[in-house]
Amino acid sequence: MSTATTAAARPRTRKARKAKELGTAIPVTAFLWLLAAVYAFPILWFLLSAFKPGSELFQYPLSILPEDPTLGGFEKAWNRFDFMLYFSNTLAVALATTALTVMASAMTGYALAKYREQRWVRVFFICLLATTMLPTEVILSPTFLVIRDLGMYDTFAGLVVPSILTATGVFMFRQYFLSVPDDIVEAARIDGAREAGIFFRIMLPMSRPIIMTLAIFSFQWRWNDYVWPLIVVADERKFTLQIALRSIVGAENIDWPLLLAASVMSILPLVLIFIVFQKYVMNEDINAGLKD
Amino acid sequence: MTATAIATERPAGPRQRPGRGRRPKYRLAPLGLAGLSIVLFAVFFVWPGSLGLIYSFTDYTGIGTYDFIGLANYEKLFGDPTFYQALTRSLLFAAFSVPLMYVMSLSVASLLVSNHAKGRSAAKIVFFFPWLISPIVAGVIWRWMFGESFGFVNYVVTELGGNPLAWQTDPDLALMVVVMAATWGGTAFNMLIFIAALKNVPRAYYEAAEIDGANAWQRFRHITLPSIAPTSFLVILLSSLGAMKEFAMVQALNGGGPGTSNVFLIQYIYETGFKRADVGYASAVSMILLLILLSIALIQMAVNRRRGA
Repeated sequence: MSTATTAAARPRTRKARKAKELGTAIPVTAFLWLLAAVYAFPILWFLLSAFKPGSELFQYPLSILPEDPTLGGFEKAWNRFDFMLYFSNTLAVALATTALTVMASAMTGYALAKYREQRWVRVFFICLLATTMLPTEVILSPTFLVIRDLGMYDTFAGLVVPSILTATGVFMFRQYFLSVPDDIVEAARIDGAREAGIFFRIMLPMSRPIIMTLAIFSFQWRWNDYVWPLIVVADERKFTLQIALRSIVGAENIDWPLLLAASVMSILPLVLIFIVFQKYVMNEDINAGLKD
Repeated sequence: MTATAIATERPAGPRQRPGRGRRPKYRLAPLGLAGLSIVLFAVFFVWPGSLGLIYSFTDYTGIGTYDFIGLANYEKLFGDPTFYQALTRSLLFAAFSVPLMYVMSLSVASLLVSNHAKGRSAAKIVFFFPWLISPIVAGVIWRWMFGESFGFVNYVVTELGGNPLAWQTDPDLALMVVVMAATWGGTAFNMLIFIAALKNVPRAYYEAAEIDGANAWQRFRHITLPSIAPTSFLVILLSSLGAMKEFAMVQALNGGGPGTSNVFLIQYIYETGFKRADVGYASAVSMILLLILLSIALIQMAVNRRRGA
């Protein structure tokens, strides 16, 4: 690849070309990894600190590696902080919302892509576009009152239902189904398939990559969400992880060993998902669909 | 889900051949498919949005009855220094974080598509990692790094012979920490968008420019930047909207502190609406913020259209 680019330049001897190549490669690579180090450092420092005992955290001079590595913070998070409860609350909310988000987005995206001849479909698409410009975080108090009036305050449904609809999810599917030729739909119609059948038996299975990507995205959004649980949940037994973490960090005296350990544990599920499904998460071709 | 299964059934009738001008209209199918989303859109967007607009003209406190008080909330708002402070702090934050985010994500993306750099796939994972981390945890991480008496950054500063900096008690330094943390967390996603755009720039342009003797900066300035202009527009738009909505990360990083000096608009809305239960006043602030977001979007679209024309 790289030789092809430079070969297009003026003809040179192979040696000179190689030297020039190296002259560019070294600073570019160095700069890339310098930036990477800057981005990685906060996380590394955070991880290393989580394994230090409380006394070592505040002792000068600071030690880079834990001198006396301990799992004390993790034990405390597990036993005293009720980590498992918050963890399973968050997991239940994230899984339920993700399943519903994927289903609703696929159906809506398909409707927006394949029934464009109807005016209301186009109007609804513009309405959804508007929600990205005017997000619900902005209208917190009225949203809270709506949730309360629907009887969803402090309930599991209150955490799940309002976050099902996301414009991004709908766009991802719409974009994908636009790229599927209409002939397939027409052919299925001629063969006598019903509209629901075309969607569920032909289109939905075809869109598997989008389903995977949106499922991962949605899980991440819900796992890391703070605003919705904050306004919906009152009972400490129903806290999600983010709210629970915020309650430690908002305390008068922050229990740093506990906070660091609990935070590290809270990101593990997403790290695991990332490792397993990396190709879906970092697939910039799918993400590029978001721009339309 | 059962509702959609029923609703999508097309009225049974003689099947028509799809011919020009006689296209059968599928009215029920899209309604059934999009029905759930339409209901959710109406209930969780249109309804609270309209309520917000109505409440902004009332003295509602969340319970009991309310009276219409005309523009009193807005008048109070424009005379309220705490509102101006939240507004200017939010705008200042956006003014710092959006350009920084743009420069960082574009630089990282350019390096990651450059053929000269080694270890690109490993580096990409490093840059992407912050995407996994929630705003709350990101706040915790940066608060820990920039602690005043025990943080790593101040430790390095003192080791180098400087005086420890007041990252938490100085409002402006505290804002800078928020800017850095937001950039760090937001780079990953924007970087992916830029990588896709950069890969789509035809290689032939660069080769032609190289033959003509253009150096790396000239190629970047005159080929890359114009080619990715629509993507730049998107990234700047999304980052500006995101910056005006910043809330969770600040909650964990410094809670809007020191004192109330870095309270951004969403936090201001949250505190007036929930802690002070002044729903009417909070709704008025919401409406102003909606106007700001809308104008950001419209201005940027107008600029983008003019450049495209």
